[in-house]
Amino acid sequence: MSTITEPATATRTLANQYFAGLARWSIWEILFWAALVGLFFVPDANLPLYGQIVIWGLFAMSLDLLLGYRGIPSLGHAAFFGIGGYAAGYLGKFGWTEPISGLVIAALLAGIIGWLTGRLIQRVSGIALLMVTLGLNLILYDIVHRQSGLTGGDDGLQGIEIAPVLGLFRFDIFGRTAYLYALAITFVLFLVARALVKSPFGLALLGARENPRRMIMLGAPLERDVTTVFAIAAAFAGAAGAVLTQTTQFVSPTALSFQRSADVLVILIIGGTGRLYGGFVGAFVFLFLRDWLAELSPVYWYFWIGLLLVVMVAFFRNGIVPSLETLVGRLRRR
Amino acid sequence: MATIATVLFNGVAYGMLLFIMSVGLSVTMGMMNFVNLAHASFSMLGGYVLVVVTQQLGLPFLVSLPLAFIIAGLVSIILERTVFRYFYGTDDLTQVLLTLGLIFMSIAIVTYFWGGTYQQISVPPWFTGQQDVFGLTLERYRMFLVAVGAVLAVVMIFGLERTRFGACVRACVDNARVARACGLNTELVFAVTFAIGGGLAGLAGALSANLLGIDPNFPLRYLVYLLIVVSVGGMGTITGTLVAALLLGVADVAGKYYAPEIGGFVIYTITVLVMLWRPHGLMGRRA
Repeated sequence: MSTITEPATATRTLANQYFAGLARWSIWEILFWAALVGLFFVPDANLPLYGQIVIWGLFAMSLDLLLGYRGIPSLGHAAFFGIGGYAAGYLGKFGWTEPISGLVIAALLAGIIGWLTGRLIQRVSGIALLMVTLGLNLILYDIVHRQSGLTGGDDGLQGIEIAPVLGLFRFDIFGRTAYLYALAITFVLFLVARALVKSPFGLALLGARENPRRMIMLGAPLERDVTTVFAIAAAFAGAAGAVLTQTTQFVSPTALSFQRSADVLVILIIGGTGRLYGGFVGAFVFLFLRDWLAELSPVYWYFWIGLLLVVMVAFFRNGIVPSLETLVGRLRRR
Repeated sequence: MATIATVLFNGVAYGMLLFIMSVGLSVTMGMMNFVNLAHASFSMLGGYVLVVVTQQLGLPFLVSLPLAFIIAGLVSIILERTVFRYFYGTDDLTQVLLTLGLIFMSIAIVTYFWGGTYQQISVPPWFTGQQDVFGLTLERYRMFLVAVGAVLAVVMIFGLERTRFGACVRACVDNARVARACGLNTELVFAVTFAIGGGLAGLAGALSANLLGIDPNFPLRYLVYLLIVVSVGGMGTITGTLVAALLLGVADVAGKYYAPEIGGFVIYTITVLVMLWRPHGLMGRRA
């Protein structure tokens, strides 16, 4: 009897040790989040911009779950950002002004729609996948854009009211509450995403990214996993959209435009996929660069963004965070 | 009845434009698996060649069309040799981002030289106005477009099926590795096909300037249409591209005429359904 159970428990202990090792926090991670909190205390900091960066980082992280960990590119991720944003907007407009529950509802709605989309795309790949995600994004944008009676069209949704967070902290014009609110929500969702990618489910995703055929042989439910991760990524994107709507008390069709889908992809690629942090680093670089370049040459700044993209994919195909990791690893070995 | 026929005709004319614009992309995508979004920028380039040649040099409209073809073809072969060929083996997403970057750069460059506004295009007087054909009043310029599109389609289908170079192209689309192993100079076939495709895109841009207008945002505006035509028709097939382009042209014009309030909804929905039903396109072969 014991001869059978003993190896099993031994394997279990090994597995537990393995996952515990995976979940260990490195000093860089702690420094990263400490720095984000520290930004709040810097005098004269441009908190509205930092708030934007955190929200874009969360949005890019949601795409990272899909692209970085499962290898599914999406050209229409802004659709879920927009669904979350509009859901939060409507809730605020029609009297549900409590922000946290509003955010949860918005994220759930985006997640449900993401789950349905995931069901639709779970067997499609390659160009067809890009076209389906792009097409769905365009359809949604078209609907929101044209039903101006319901959505306000290009003028956006007006009259959104958001109550103070926890009944204590009002959203002020300096963006102080907004920054901390966005940071807190992002950190909580980051913890969830981190736990997810370091769980057996996360490893199954990675396995399916690397070698789908082998994973089928191992008995992994590939298509179900695709749907699940799509739903989770959509819910996170929806949460990002909801935070943006709540902190700015405004949402317009640009929230779900193709431009936004492209931007978030660019941000994630600049930062690097498959690290969860790539999106944040990418958002930091992209938004700062955009601000700076737009000031430098208001009309032609897209030239430099384009050049950055070309140079990135030509020479740093992995993105900033993975490149830094290799660099640090090399220095350490010396 | 007459309106239906006119709408149909206008749709076909628009579809022909889309066909000329996207056929090069379809063939190169089928051949090298290279997703070249910057193909839309080649079209814009053709449009601006037309602007420069007719407005600033004062040459006739019909001279500017071959010039648009040649210049766009030259630029595309230069880009192919210096940039694109290093990315043939990479994944779809890398190529999408690379060429999206090139589109951004092309937009900024064009804005720098010609400003961000729409360009005034004048076509020769014998192209303007309408003509009665079989009891229908049709615009002359659109008739010209349909004729050009039909001739090009016949030439291309014939060239692909009946000429030696066409056979090389088909071999590369079917299996580039085996074609190379058989001693075919695939690099050369790639480059020439790329140049022809880019040139056709430039020609389409010049032809469309009068109808669709030309401004720096042209590539982003028509990129989605290009992708729809190529993916719905199936990569690497000329007939598939033609069918998809005509379908899209008619659906778009009819949609805008009969139900302007739903806008692009119809074509996007059709695209999504086709892609879910046949991921390799209507006429695409399984890769």
